[in-house]
Amino acid sequence: MALGLGCSARPGKAQENRTGSWRTFRPEFMHDRCTKCGMCSQVCPEGCIGENDEGFPVPDYDYCKGCGLCVEECPSQAIEMKKEEK
Amino acid sequence: MMEFMEGSHAVAHAVKYCRPQVIAAYPITPQTHIVEALADMVANCHLDAEYITVESEFSALSACLGASAAGSRVYSATTSQGLALMFEVCFNCAGMRMPVVMSIVNRALGAPLSIWNDQQDSISLRDSGWLQLYAEDNQEATDLHYLAYKVAEDRNILLPAFVCFDGFILSHTYEPVDTLTQEQVDRYLPAYRPLHRLDSEDPMSFGMFASPDYYMEFRYQIDKAQKDAAQVISRAGKEFGEMFGRDYSEMVEGYRLEDADCALVAMGSICGTAKDAIDEMRRDGKKVGLLKMRTFRPFPEKEVRSALSGVSRVAVLDKNISLGAKGAVALEVKDALYGTQVPVLDYIIALGGRDVRKKDIRGVVEMAEKGKGDLFYGLRQEVL
Repeated sequence: MALGLGCSARPGKAQENRTGSWRTFRPEFMHDRCTKCGMCSQVCPEGCIGENDEGFPVPDYDYCKGCGLCVEECPSQAIEMKKEEK
Repeated sequence: MMEFMEGSHAVAHAVKYCRPQVIAAYPITPQTHIVEALADMVANCHLDAEYITVESEFSALSACLGASAAGSRVYSATTSQGLALMFEVCFNCAGMRMPVVMSIVNRALGAPLSIWNDQQDSISLRDSGWLQLYAEDNQEATDLHYLAYKVAEDRNILLPAFVCFDGFILSHTYEPVDTLTQEQVDRYLPAYRPLHRLDSEDPMSFGMFASPDYYMEFRYQIDKAQKDAAQVISRAGKEFGEMFGRDYSEMVEGYRLEDADCALVAMGSICGTAKDAIDEMRRDGKKVGLLKMRTFRPFPEKEVRSALSGVSRVAVLDKNISLGAKGAVALEVKDALYGTQVPVLDYIIALGGRDVRKKDIRGVVEMAEKGKGDLFYGLRQEVL
């Protein structure tokens, strides 16, 4: 990403900032336990949990900061935090 | 056109001819006469600008920052405690690369409260990224405003600029000043064309946020623009000289330095007193000269080195003190002369409006000849 003079930026520039690199722990989704209730995507402060063709939640690890809220809120304990291997 | 006028009014006239579109300022002694004069001009339709009255200096410079981001040429003026209150916004102006021009009518900082002159206020903002120009007399104070806009708005620089001149000593003194005419200034200083600006049709953000992956590069860019400004100042100063006969192409000016044994270094109005004292000392056979620094940021390191590397000793007159270290000018002059064996002695002088006379300049030179320096000159031992 080339710098804009004086940190000037057009809308959408924050997308280029891959905040996923800040993560220490990564949420891993176990679809075999998931009921597709959608709670994880509701509480995700980054709004980075989408869904796959079958309707199961899929996080975008480019932007997931690893806050762990989805893990706390998941009623089915279908998400676990794992230490990020870098 | 030569006019006999007060320094503040001469500066206000120069600012008017620069056609600022937005002025935001908060009155504070000794800057008051400048902003009063500008407010009058706006109220009487002699200046087509938006004059924003604000409740503090923090707001004044914030309004200027916003107006500059919206693409306007802007102006403010302050001093001392007012500048201290602007501290945060000063760094933002430089970081967002907004070419705000602000007069600093130099005054001491409290506590204790002092309305009188020294240069502690602007010197304390030396790391903020603003260009800093210092005037010796009212003619220079006036001219440097034209120069400041020209350099600040240069597409390769885009940095804010302080034009510093000594409170009361210059601001409240009447001198003949050539204020130029609107036509002359228009030829020198074309309208400001911003590179980017705030526009609801084409939204942009400025200075929002940089992660550790980017922050250092932004700081590098500001530093590079500062260093590149040296050449732009030189070019703009030369052009000014060609158009109006007063050449500002050099960031430093030597006075009787060619064969000098002892070189004084100073900024601002004290240079005038030093020149008179030097003339007297020369008549007595003392080889003394002066290096006047017109630009403190960017620091003219090469120019200082080449001007001073031939002298036997350097005596710096610092109207400021980096408490716990030395005067800011001396520290940097020393750095510029590193490796040359030229001794640099520092004299903290004229703080809080303490008068400096020719005999004091002579006193400094006599001390320097004995190798005595790095001290507060003229301390009143009886009150300590």
